[in-house]
Amino acid sequence: MSYLEAQGRGGLLSWLSSTDHKRIALLYLFLLVPLFWVAVSLGFAMRLKHLFAGDFLMSAQTYNALFTVHGVIMIFMFVIPGLPAVFGNFFLPILIGARDVSFPRLNLLSWYFFAAGAALALLSLFTGRGAPDTGWTFYVPFSLRTGTNVPLAVSAAFVLGLSSILTGLNFITTTHRMRAPGMTWHRMPLFVWALYATGWIQVLVTPIIGITLVLVILERLFGIGVFDPAKGGDPLLYQHLFWIYSHPAVYIMIVPAMGAVTEILPTFARRTIFGYRAIAYSSIAIAALGSIVWAHHMFTSGMSDLAGVIFSLFTFLVAVPSAIKVFNWTATLYKGSIDMQPPMLFALAFVFLFCIGGLTGIIQGALGLNIHLHDTYWIVGHFHYVMFGGTGFAFFAALLYWFPKMFGRMVEPKPVFIAWGLMFAGFNLLYGAFLLLGGMGMPRRYYAHLPQFHPGHLAATVGSWLLVAGLLVLFGSLLRALRSGRRAEDDPWGGKTLEWRIPSPPPAENFAEVPVIDAAPYAYNPGRRS
Amino acid sequence: MEREQGHVVEYAVLLRVWAALLVLTALLLAASRLSPALAVLALLTLTPLKAWLVLYFFMHLRYEGLLLKGMVLTALSTLLVFIGMLFLDIGFR
Ligand SMILES: [Cu+2]
Repeated sequence: MSYLEAQGRGGLLSWLSSTDHKRIALLYLFLLVPLFWVAVSLGFAMRLKHLFAGDFLMSAQTYNALFTVHGVIMIFMFVIPGLPAVFGNFFLPILIGARDVSFPRLNLLSWYFFAAGAALALLSLFTGRGAPDTGWTFYVPFSLRTGTNVPLAVSAAFVLGLSSILTGLNFITTTHRMRAPGMTWHRMPLFVWALYATGWIQVLVTPIIGITLVLVILERLFGIGVFDPAKGGDPLLYQHLFWIYSHPAVYIMIVPAMGAVTEILPTFARRTIFGYRAIAYSSIAIAALGSIVWAHHMFTSGMSDLAGVIFSLFTFLVAVPSAIKVFNWTATLYKGSIDMQPPMLFALAFVFLFCIGGLTGIIQGALGLNIHLHDTYWIVGHFHYVMFGGTGFAFFAALLYWFPKMFGRMVEPKPVFIAWGLMFAGFNLLYGAFLLLGGMGMPRRYYAHLPQFHPGHLAATVGSWLLVAGLLVLFGSLLRALRSGRRAEDDPWGGKTLEWRIPSPPPAENFAEVPVIDAAPYAYNPGRRS
Repeated sequence: MEREQGHVVEYAVLLRVWAALLVLTALLLAASRLSPALAVLALLTLTPLKAWLVLYFFMHLRYEGLLLKGMVLTALSTLLVFIGMLFLDIGFR
């Protein structure tokens, strides 16, 4: 009997009180998908506004609220939790041969915190004196002075952070304590390594944003003065504290995405992963190095020059472990027997788009160039390549890859290929135009634009139409597969990791008998020792 | 599991740790009166030491395995690195 079928009590209550990691993963998915679409619609509306240079469709104040809420929802409620909360929860225990995570009830509590945080964020839009208009970064002093509903939005981010910490803690403990007999560290699938590294980032840096957001609330309510120079405070301290979390948060988003792609490539290239240890350790290296580059967001803020030089250097260094992964993925594909199924196509798009995102990141990490590029559309283009081109495409790759296992149904590939084409073309048109616009000097977060930027804006808006059309086709075919897809076999892709050895969808406790592991994962090449 | 057995820490040990914490607090106060630079240095060195004493004796980290000790030490040293790196900006602005 699969985990989807009722055990004891049926109905919604059995889901909302379930401690089964697989059900909790789906609970997350059912919150994340609608939130994703809300944020997509907001972005879509912003692009529509730029069909005209001046007043169109909405007021400037509404535009400010739109980019703030688009950012807050996408980052805190989709991209950060995305892969760990859905696929981490579902597959981490299965991949290490466990029946659940270490703390199943804490896991459910994390979901409730997440739901509460999302509810608070949505509440902040419709209560108080208007939706927050600070941008997702909540920079002081503006966030202290604006009359809009900043305190509630900030509290929402705080509660979401709590959820993220508990998930990270659970994953770290699970990886240490719950591995099946014979599942040594170097026999773990690389998605597990990625989740483990991510768990550490979540646990170590999320409390810092939590405290910082509390300070913003205290400053607003009581004027305690930590960020106010008149009282001996320092507004730049806010930016430091914010980015000490929010830069590593980029790695909370991208490292699990890299992990998922690392699972997909060997399956569809029919080859053992190349450079297992290099990929595993580079996840840890990214987590460690990525935690000490935060001030590259502040080169134009008036921070000290010495700090600028050092943070710029560290920023270049993070490219090394990221490139290690890209080279190993490429080497895995080399001489493989490549089967271009939809998950593979999305995974390859991830590698390509992430490379553009990463390389543009190095460009803007140079101190001199950053002065020109800071706060322009270039930056917006860059981080959409990382977060959407990277994490977003990896999320869809993972969803397509594991869909047969999670729901026991196959997705019809043809419409997904069409969806991919629309998304890939639309994406590059939209965010490629952003990179060019930014290079030309178009500032971000501006309601109106000058005539010389108009062609770029038009191209970007048309790109957004293609992208959304692709997303609609993709979600349409996923929904159709849920309702009437062909039944999935246990191992439809020929995968070699543990999830493919159990039924689709898996039974409640995953394994009838706890497996004993005696070889490395991805055992495609015969005769390879573990 | 070791921690399930419970550990009785002698009062003498607890009192000595408490005394050490008081001495460290006094040192911190004295340093902050002397000069701001010294205050920062003392804060960065003595406060983690105090935190470690509390964790180690009062919170029974002493009886845990090497793994858990290492994890707590990682968290503590990460915080130190972050605070230390902030001075790259604040100290040289
Ligand atoms: Cu950054």
